[in-house]
Amino acid sequence: MLNYAVKRLGLAVAIVSVAMFLLFCMIYLVPGDPASVALGPRATDAMKEALRVKMGLDQPIWVQFWNFFSGAWTGDLGQEVLSGRPVLDVVLEQLPFTLALIAGGITWSVAIGIPLGCWAAINRGSFADRLVGILSVAVIAVPSFVIAIYALLIFSVSLRWLPAIGAGEPGHLGDQIVHLILPSLAVGLGWVGYIARMVRASMLEVLEASHIRTARAFGLPENMITYRYALTIAILPTITLLGVGIGQMLSSAVFAEIVFARPGVGKLVYDAILTRNFPVVTGAVLVTTVIFVLLNLVADLIVGALDPRVRSSF
Amino acid sequence: MSEAASNPPAAARSELWKSFRRLLREPLGVFGLSLVVLVILAAVFADVLTQWDPTRINPRDRFLGPSGEHLLGTDQLGRDLFARVLHGGRIALYVALVSTAISLAIGIVLGLIAGYGPRWLDNLMILLFDATKSFPTVMLALALVTIVGPSLTAVVVVVIIVNVPGYARIIRTQTIAIKSSEFVTAAQSMGASNARILGVHIMPNVIGPLVILASMDIPVVIAIEAGMSFLGLGVRPPTPSWGSILNDGFSQIRDTAWIAIAGGLPIIITTLGFTFLGETLRDVFDPRLKGR
Repeated sequence: MLNYAVKRLGLAVAIVSVAMFLLFCMIYLVPGDPASVALGPRATDAMKEALRVKMGLDQPIWVQFWNFFSGAWTGDLGQEVLSGRPVLDVVLEQLPFTLALIAGGITWSVAIGIPLGCWAAINRGSFADRLVGILSVAVIAVPSFVIAIYALLIFSVSLRWLPAIGAGEPGHLGDQIVHLILPSLAVGLGWVGYIARMVRASMLEVLEASHIRTARAFGLPENMITYRYALTIAILPTITLLGVGIGQMLSSAVFAEIVFARPGVGKLVYDAILTRNFPVVTGAVLVTTVIFVLLNLVADLIVGALDPRVRSSF
Repeated sequence: MSEAASNPPAAARSELWKSFRRLLREPLGVFGLSLVVLVILAAVFADVLTQWDPTRINPRDRFLGPSGEHLLGTDQLGRDLFARVLHGGRIALYVALVSTAISLAIGIVLGLIAGYGPRWLDNLMILLFDATKSFPTVMLALALVTIVGPSLTAVVVVVIIVNVPGYARIIRTQTIAIKSSEFVTAAQSMGASNARILGVHIMPNVIGPLVILASMDIPVVIAIEAGMSFLGLGVRPPTPSWGSILNDGFSQIRDTAWIAIAGGLPIIITTLGFTFLGETLRDVFDPRLKGR
């Protein structure tokens, strides 16, 4: 297990390094001078030159890359163009809002997806099962930003049930949760489908297992067999699915934050692009990438701990 | 389907026909196919179906509701929404077709190289694929557009970067499975060149599942185009795109619901249509892929 964990960790470090390299290439090798892009068309040559020196753009390319690379690994993602604040601080300040949104999305998807999948598996082949199957595919297919806009239109603008803007009053938990309902629905609805399908498939597999047959032979009540013995095992694959899911929810979160005018990393990047705040864009993309890689690492290590076959095939 | 291309033509045709008939027996497949055909016809015959110019501004007719004259009403500049939706379909299908074709071509070539080439190259390429896939899609799109600016080309590039690693991995796995099989060894011993072995012997055998998976990715591609245009990172105004109509609807959502509805509905119809069709096609053509 230790051997596997070390190898897998090494892979994660390598992936983050390559991602940094790709990001560096993208920013510095593509035509267009970052300094003049950042300052806009009215900047004088002297201003551009000053910023270029400040951003280290006058140095040779390999020095620039080394500065970027070594800085990034130690948490130094550079400074904001105008205020001069460290980018890492700016990103970490917004991160809790995005994480809360994703946690809300997971809550929606688990709370609806697991019962639906379980129900479909128990009533295998019935009309209800087919309906759950079609609905699962449908919610996976429809993009989250369409769901966000329609949810905003129906529940905030027309019915006026839920707030449309912001993250709620700071320190007021109830208000913050109310503000979280719609955006997290938009983030999590697609995953209701993934989880329902996953739980259904693994439930069907588990219900055939011998320990379930033994439980039946002992005459245990069917409800107890289903929920206590089958579902607890059938849920396991969902955990690893969520490891990947959180990464994709990061993408949906960008839209949800913009549509519902919530603070968060996605809104931060979007605003940074509009104001040409380069270092913030790179910094935020890098932080979310690291989170994504870490989550996949954790998910893989959990599976590795539970299933020896995964460890040996690595 | 291209896997049929390696079979004798007559047998291939009857095989395709059989699969098509099986597809028609599935209600969900028929429903998906109908939606897809509807969307394609609407985009192709956009000029015939409406007399309105999708980009003509008419300030006197702003925010009109649906009527006989304007089937879906008009937007904040008085442009006919039905015409914009139809012409937006052209953009969506164009991006889906072009970027999927390019991703397939690049993915196949890279996958063959990784699968057939030396071990170190394979490891390096796998690392690159995994690293590329570790960027969340929207973050990648945002970062890229910061540099190159919003355009239709930027959308196509994002789709290619998102799709290629997955396609290349599938082709690589299949190539590794096939390269030690007897007919490849036979070709090698008869002195066939690497290019011939890859192109004639390996490629036709690895391409089938990929084409099905790529067709199932079309709704994702359409969502990327609409999503980027929604954020103002894709198609530039006044060119109509479903995403930019949705964005107009979002900014005017307190005045009228019609623009948002008109922008969202075609995205829902198209993604559902392609997804239902893709799911059924996969089950019909290749039951082994079920549940992927």
